[in-house]
Amino acid sequence: MKETLTSLWQKLFGDSVRAFGVVSVIFLVSIAIAPAKNFFSEWRHYQQGYLRMIRNRSDANTLQRHFQGGIQQVWLPDLGVVDRCTSCHVGLKEASLTDVATQPYRKHPVIPHNLDQFACTICHRGQGAATTVAEAHNSTLAWEQPILPAKYMESSCGQCHRGQLAGTPVLNQGRALLTRYGCVHCHTIKTSDGSVMKPTDDPPSLEHIADKTSREWIYAWLKDPQAYAASATMPNFKLSDDDARDISAFLIANSTPIAGDNAGVSAKPSSDPAAGTSLYGESFCASCHAVQNAAGNIVGGDVGPELTRIGSKVKPEWLHAWLRNPRVYDPGTGMPHYRFNDGQVATLSGFLLGKADSDLLANVHLDTATPEQIGHGKRLVSDYGCASCHEIAGIKKPENFAPELSRIGSKPITQLIFLPGMRHALPDYIAGKIKNPRTFAPGLKMPQYAFTPAQIDSLTTALLSLNERSFGLPSSLMVPGRAETDYQPAAKAGKLMTDLACFSCHRINGHGSDMAPDLSWEGSSVQREWLVQFFKNPGTLRPALIRRMPRFNLTDSEISELTDYIMTAYQNPAVDRDSMPLSGYSQGEVELGKQLFYGKYSCQGCHIVDTKTDKGYIGPTLTHVGSRLTAAWIYQWMKNPQSLRPGTIEPNRAMSDEDASALTAFLMSQKGGEKSTRVAQAAKPAGRASEVAKR
Amino acid sequence: MKTYLAFLLGLPLLTSACSHETKSAPTLKPTAFGAAIVESSGGKQFAQTGSLLPQPVVVQVNDDQGNAVTGALVEFAAPAGVTFDPAAALTDSSGQVTTSVSLGGMAGRYQITASTPGKSNKRLELKLEELALGYQQTLGLRLNEQYCDRCHNPESTVERVSNYDNLEVKPHPFTEGDTLNKMSDADLLAIITNGGPAQQKSALMPAWGNTLSKSDIQALISYIRAASDPPSRNAGPMYSRN
Repeated sequence: MKETLTSLWQKLFGDSVRAFGVVSVIFLVSIAIAPAKNFFSEWRHYQQGYLRMIRNRSDANTLQRHFQGGIQQVWLPDLGVVDRCTSCHVGLKEASLTDVATQPYRKHPVIPHNLDQFACTICHRGQGAATTVAEAHNSTLAWEQPILPAKYMESSCGQCHRGQLAGTPVLNQGRALLTRYGCVHCHTIKTSDGSVMKPTDDPPSLEHIADKTSREWIYAWLKDPQAYAASATMPNFKLSDDDARDISAFLIANSTPIAGDNAGVSAKPSSDPAAGTSLYGESFCASCHAVQNAAGNIVGGDVGPELTRIGSKVKPEWLHAWLRNPRVYDPGTGMPHYRFNDGQVATLSGFLLGKADSDLLANVHLDTATPEQIGHGKRLVSDYGCASCHEIAGIKKPENFAPELSRIGSKPITQLIFLPGMRHALPDYIAGKIKNPRTFAPGLKMPQYAFTPAQIDSLTTALLSLNERSFGLPSSLMVPGRAETDYQPAAKAGKLMTDLACFSCHRINGHGSDMAPDLSWEGSSVQREWLVQFFKNPGTLRPALIRRMPRFNLTDSEISELTDYIMTAYQNPAVDRDSMPLSGYSQGEVELGKQLFYGKYSCQGCHIVDTKTDKGYIGPTLTHVGSRLTAAWIYQWMKNPQSLRPGTIEPNRAMSDEDASALTAFLMSQKGGEKSTRVAQAAKPAGRASEVAKR
Repeated sequence: MKTYLAFLLGLPLLTSACSHETKSAPTLKPTAFGAAIVESSGGKQFAQTGSLLPQPVVVQVNDDQGNAVTGALVEFAAPAGVTFDPAAALTDSSGQVTTSVSLGGMAGRYQITASTPGKSNKRLELKLEELALGYQQTLGLRLNEQYCDRCHNPESTVERVSNYDNLEVKPHPFTEGDTLNKMSDADLLAIITNGGPAQQKSALMPAWGNTLSKSDIQALISYIRAASDPPSRNAGPMYSRN
């Protein structure tokens, strides 16, 4: 060994000339390393590939002219971005490269932003300054932000856009789920605009729960909420039989009866299924409540709880009292106070109690609770944070019960504990945690939700948008969401509107739900007499709509109270309802309007004026519009419908004043039953409407 | 030098990633063989890039009499980025295999292949096409649902009653590629912006130029191109396995 080395040394450095030669070669090789490294760099390889690809294209000359070799960089000091992605993604801005399927050469898909203004990593994450695929896309060298998988892409929009965007359905859904499924009851989420996300669900108070249901039902519900109602938003806490027994014992023992609730109610539900079905339908209960049908589909609204097995849950006396006036049991409920008479209450409660599932409680047998069990139940209620969502007498709502999630989208990977086999990336961690929270460590309290894979993806998207960057971006880039006001109508009418829970469906002055039309300007829009009749018997305005205004059985004085208030308080400053007459338009003008209606503007495509010829099904039926709307409102609507109802699908036709006047005259002449020729036809649209509702 | 080496090593990795094969679970042993593989449902769906298709893909294996075959092996394959759950399975008692499909991260059309070994060792293949929508097409889809679908889509759903049958002049459904593919983007832009009469078409098509922005209308056009059947030239690239 030693000899070989010695002879090698002799051969290489035996004399000075040889030594000089060898050293020169080594020197030359070593100084060639740097240029070679550069020459063989990845980005150069991709740029060469790009040049080869464009050579065969018909627009090769243009593309060649646009091409700039070398490392490319977008530097945006305000946003803290240095992105060199365009060194390899060469064709991002080449309009003709949309058909290229090989990456990294494809044109960037169309987005509402300029690539030079926001560069790449603001949306895609990744390490912008890197010039190799591995370092730019993946998290090497402890870089915390690997490339964001495409399915979570919309989270990046949410860094600046606080409100709903038409182009980001996944983000919108994720945010809605965060508030709807009560995540924000336990987890605080502060957004970069300083606001705190508020829950949109309304978990019931448990202070009087014993009035409403049995301990057995509570037990079954705690064990598996989705077994009672597939659409239940209450998660499964995976309680042991003993824990469920003790919590149900505590909740019943802790419940106090409510004065005037069940007392004095003669609960005699009538059993007339036909009458019940019909009253349930007439009252439009299904606008808010769903029922699971035989095919397993959940049909109906999701504003109130699902009623598939309601008969196995509630006590008959409680249901009677609730239907008579829900506000006695729960003053803040979103359920309207229908003015049902005793017969109607009996019919409806009989119908609802029939919706029972004998299997639900068949195997639940609970012995009388011991004080130890009740005490243990109380501890469990505190431990699991039940009071974060529900009001429970004697238990304070815990503060910051679960970790704050305001910046969860930037949580360092070093702080995460991954499950075996899980990709070490933040999105995978978040999705895994939502899917199976208890698997991450023994003793975790986060309950099991029944989310679909698509829901988990959208929740993850919404959570990833809550990151450090969203707090660090210049405030000029922030796009606020729609603000929710705490508007409350005043006086007697205001009390009445709360009692009828108008805001559960309607929005007024920035407060309320979007299910039914915004009423902020209803006073400018409709005629008083029509409104009175509508309250008495809400007809159908839009034949194709399924969810509708119920009849609340109001008294005449209640109706007049409400009508006066609406006509006075809800006026649009730009529409003076007295500026145009309700009738008396010249025959010539009416005739011109008719021509415009059927000709130039072809309104019959969406609306019905003459039930014999018109079939339009999209907009409201206009057979009675002359006795429903004010002329000033119609005129302004013709000129610019979006100025009156932002987002309405009625197209803005940029009408001249003359056309708008003529159409107003024509529409104001449509007073329904007044003309003898229309009397016979008036019943027709209603008949068809009920057909639609059944479909 | 290290970079160069890494690059050399990386190349085969890159190429192998491009010709990504979905491996079947080795434990699956078919107990029967079919003569044909057919689509039951789930082809031609839309999903956003990288997302799950709204409905699973269901394929069925039949024998030469057209009867369902139970216990035949069905394997799914697709270009890189597409995932299946499961990627391979045996047909159930009704001869079907159901898989949920998640599309790749690039907008465009994805060709997915379901295959089953036939009796004479011949592989039977079924090709389906699914569409991954980019931002613009997603926006177009939403705008379509809000503004266009009620008239242009003849199908009614529980939540949306179609107005198609009520119109004297029938609008073109957006799947009608034979007609719509002949119209240029500029024609579509003009009709949507200025209404039917501006292009000598029915006044039942109103002008949307004062209601929708130009970028909204372009998004709609990109959606119309995507929905077109047969596919439009402008539908974006097609990703297939080779």
